Amino acid sequence: MTHILPLFQTSEAGYILSMSTPIEHIRNFSIIAHIDHGKSTLADRLIQHCGGLTDREMSDQVLDNMDIEKERGITIKAQTVRLAYTAKDGITYTLNLMDTPGHVDFSYEVSRCLAACEGSLLVVDASQGVEAQTLANVYQAIDQEHEIVPVLNKVDLPAADIDRVAEQIEEVIGLDASGAVLTSAKTGLGIEDVLEAIVKQLPPPAEGDASAPLKVSLVDAYYDPYLGVVVIVRVVDGILKKKQKIRMMKTGSTYDIDHVGVFGPKPVHVETLGPGEVGFLVASIKDVADCSVGDTITEERRPCAGPLPGYKDVQPVVFCGLFPMDASDFDDLRASMGKLKLNDASFSWEMETSAALGMGFRCGFLGLLHLEIIQERLSREFDLDLIATAPSVVYELTMTDGTEIELHNPSDMPDVVKVAEIREPWIEATIFTPDEYLGGVLKLCQDRRGIQTELTYVGKRAMMKYELPLNEVVFDFYDRLKSISKGYASFDYELVGHRPENLVKMSILVNDEPVDALAMLVHRDRAESRGRQMCERLKDLIPRQMFKIPVQAAIGAKVIARETISAMRKDVTAKCYGGDATRKRKLLDKQKAGKKRMRQFGKVDIPQEAFVAALRMDGV
Amino acid sequence: MINPGRAIGPQYGFGLYLHWPYCQHICPYCDFNVYAAKDRTTEPLFDAMLADLAAQASQLKGRAPLSSVYFGGGTPSLMSPSQIAQFIDACTAALGLSERCEITLEANPNDIRLDRAKNWKEAGINRISLGVQSLDDRALAFLGRDHTAAQGLQAVETVAHIFERYSVDLIYARPDQSLAAWREELTSLLSLKPPHLSLYELTIAPKTAFGKAAQRGTLIPLDEEAQADLYELTEDLTAQAGLPAYEISNYARSKADQSRHNLTYWRSGDWLGIGPGAHGRLSLDGVRLSTEGRARPQEYITAVQNASHPWQTETALTAEETAAEILTMGLRVKTGIEQDRVNAFLPRPIDKARLESLQTEGWLSLQEGRLCLTPSGRLLADRIALELLR
Ligand SMILES: Nc1nc2c(ncn2[C@@H]2O[C@H](COP(=O)(O)OP(=O)(O)OP(=O)(O)O)[C@@H](O)[C@H]2O)c(=O)[nH]1
Ligand code: SF4
Ligand SMILES: [Mg+2]
Repeated sequence: MTHILPLFQTSEAGYILSMSTPIEHIRNFSIIAHIDHGKSTLADRLIQHCGGLTDREMSDQVLDNMDIEKERGITIKAQTVRLAYTAKDGITYTLNLMDTPGHVDFSYEVSRCLAACEGSLLVVDASQGVEAQTLANVYQAIDQEHEIVPVLNKVDLPAADIDRVAEQIEEVIGLDASGAVLTSAKTGLGIEDVLEAIVKQLPPPAEGDASAPLKVSLVDAYYDPYLGVVVIVRVVDGILKKKQKIRMMKTGSTYDIDHVGVFGPKPVHVETLGPGEVGFLVASIKDVADCSVGDTITEERRPCAGPLPGYKDVQPVVFCGLFPMDASDFDDLRASMGKLKLNDASFSWEMETSAALGMGFRCGFLGLLHLEIIQERLSREFDLDLIATAPSVVYELTMTDGTEIELHNPSDMPDVVKVAEIREPWIEATIFTPDEYLGGVLKLCQDRRGIQTELTYVGKRAMMKYELPLNEVVFDFYDRLKSISKGYASFDYELVGHRPENLVKMSILVNDEPVDALAMLVHRDRAESRGRQMCERLKDLIPRQMFKIPVQAAIGAKVIARETISAMRKDVTAKCYGGDATRKRKLLDKQKAGKKRMRQFGKVDIPQEAFVAALRMDGV
Repeated sequence: MINPGRAIGPQYGFGLYLHWPYCQHICPYCDFNVYAAKDRTTEPLFDAMLADLAAQASQLKGRAPLSSVYFGGGTPSLMSPSQIAQFIDACTAALGLSERCEITLEANPNDIRLDRAKNWKEAGINRISLGVQSLDDRALAFLGRDHTAAQGLQAVETVAHIFERYSVDLIYARPDQSLAAWREELTSLLSLKPPHLSLYELTIAPKTAFGKAAQRGTLIPLDEEAQADLYELTEDLTAQAGLPAYEISNYARSKADQSRHNLTYWRSGDWLGIGPGAHGRLSLDGVRLSTEGRARPQEYITAVQNASHPWQTETALTAEETAAEILTMGLRVKTGIEQDRVNAFLPRPIDKARLESLQTEGWLSLQEGRLCLTPSGRLLADRIALELLR
């Protein structure tokens, strides 16, 4: 959440924020949906309707304020907005809206929003119907005992099929769809109905005690270049106000509150935040890492008895190495990652040294989109040229002496004779697809060592559940799924634990030297085809050199695939006279610079791009 | 070890290059600084060249006279014989011409007529470089040339009649060219017994018509293997005919037939560049100066007129750049380049181990302190230079 707007005074907000909303007039709710079903656009309309922003200030998906969110048209960070809505019953309600991301990688964002609310708007695209993340997110909301209002959005589209989608909601989710609100977030149709449903159908926060010791849930924290660390909070008991000395119960650190406020959606100072209210505080906190999401904030002077139940910890599931293209950028990369982490606590890393790529970092991500986004932000916001190695998962090893090891990097794989068992992470995937693509999708899952656990039909759509090794999914499963189904299939997953598998470490040797960045763990049965593919790929990617170069894939000492890059025969300028001397020299300088971007393996120069491209392979 | 001041300078040749930027029409593979001739008057340009020559020469007082003058382009055979004569006279006046000064004129077959050739000779030209390019009419059409094979052969005959020293250019390794076709073409040229040949593989430069066609995929360049085979065939045929290569793309009957002017480039001697876009190299006080004229003729003319300084663009090469030039240019000649001259400009001399490994691989030999490429090394000249310099 990056609000780069400076703080506005209350009077500039365009409407008066009720400071002392009685708790029964507060509604805290999340907007949840499958990716692209229109959450952020619906949020736009709600903000507009309640006068949070003037028409001039309004833009499409106004809450998606990171460049990368705007460009990709997706929400990455959840956002909170407080709105004042005067309902048909004449009462002015305070609504706290939380817009959540739809993509599976960011489902932890959804879960903590849900924890801070009592109700949810379940948005379903009426032309698409229930999709994988619709299910995943609504089940989370049900687990949180939320009241849920189904919203059928995009009814303006000709393909909208309201009856069918309402039926799906009832059949697949088991939710009563008779009270579903029909909207078009695009045209503004049904917005008032949504607001009425919010105040009528969703409950107010549970009665808190304003006079009890302060008990506040830490929902999120992010770094803002103007404000420093901004902490999003939900008050359970007590009153949060300026100048209070607060304590983070988990870390024990204490701070003096500089301001409390709410987002309307512009940040606005308020005097206090009471039970049931959602807002933010600023307290000269230096480091986002000091704000542990899910922690309980209390008052130093009069602490509450015990903390609130925290959130589930977010664990990275995908790892990859990030290396600077130019070794001298290492320190820049380290500093940039530090800055980025201020905004994204779910991004973690440790130092890594690779013979192939030099010094860099082994980084953990929540999924492939997360990985892609971090990489893009690093190269864009910090202007760094990066090499990312193949994404890999976390393996668990039991050694023959009984010790347990977590393996984040295949090249660290210990000697096989010392390993008693290797376990790899498995997921349960939920996939929705129109039935004409079912065959292709089933084959894809089968090919990826999937085990089918469920296959049901909802009208013309199939829903299947598969258990799959995460490793088979991190490469390109999602892309393949999208292309097989022409974009119609949807996918969600959750980790279901580690399972022992017949895995082997496959090394790649270029000119008889192992290249650590290319080592990978593969299933024994698939090693050969993977190895062959890898060698073929490298043969095309490594430029010819003055001598021929064998490229091999090996398990231990056994070579399982081999290709040869033939020697370069000709590299000479035909015509070279006086005027060409300058041109020649410049070319030479360019080639010398090019050499710098290559990594030397014995006698062989491998362009760094080749590593990335070799690994970006279609998983066999 | 020799000191840098002695590793460069006019003792390795002192030439003058004149660039005549106009051509009757522009060939699709050409990436020189050229412009269509149309009916322009060339007096202002010619006058600017004379002024440029005078200005540059004024900085070079006290030097030994020029060892070569080269009328290049473009198509300098479009200059009038009197312009050529006048320019040679100006060179004599400004810098002096050595006794055996080589004065070459590049010419297109279309411009060759007996009377003109005689005029050139009278003006002082003593060597012709003839752009025949191919002896196959279809290839000539493909190359966008405005003459036929027969005209090319006729031009060679005429030139041979008037000039003792001349050279013929051919372009090979054209798309789809077979070994057999090239053998036939080159053999028929060799049967004319020219004293000197320049044989170039077709190079497809990005901004040319061919470059664009290659990008669109309508022109498919010959692959590396086929090019290498053609190159090797070329070396064999020329050697058999008594015109062995003395440089990567240049072949001569005897040492006396080699191009003295071009050797000045490859030996990193000094030369003046006169005319639009012409490059020069001048050693002054132990520093190698790279000069360059404005590319567009009109800008060149204006720059000369307003000049407060003889060189339109000048850059002092760094020691490493100087070493890189001496090496990359020097490796191209069969007799190689003195290692000491290269090392004189390098912070650390060329790596011994690297030299040795190139020698054991059979790409390079060291002969009396000179780095020489072997025949197989010649095909990898650029790569080997890169290896030696890194
Ligand atoms: N026709 C039509 N298009 C809509 C409607 N609501 C949203 N859209 C379009 O659907 C696309 C996705 O909308 P978003 O609001 O970004 O969807 P989202 O659910 O927030 O997406 P994520 O945050 O990435 O999960 C955008 O192109 C919107 O313009 C609607 O009611 N009708
Ligand atoms: S005649 Fe020569 S210089 Fe002129 S365009 Fe053709 S190739 Fe280029
Ligand atoms: Mg969104």
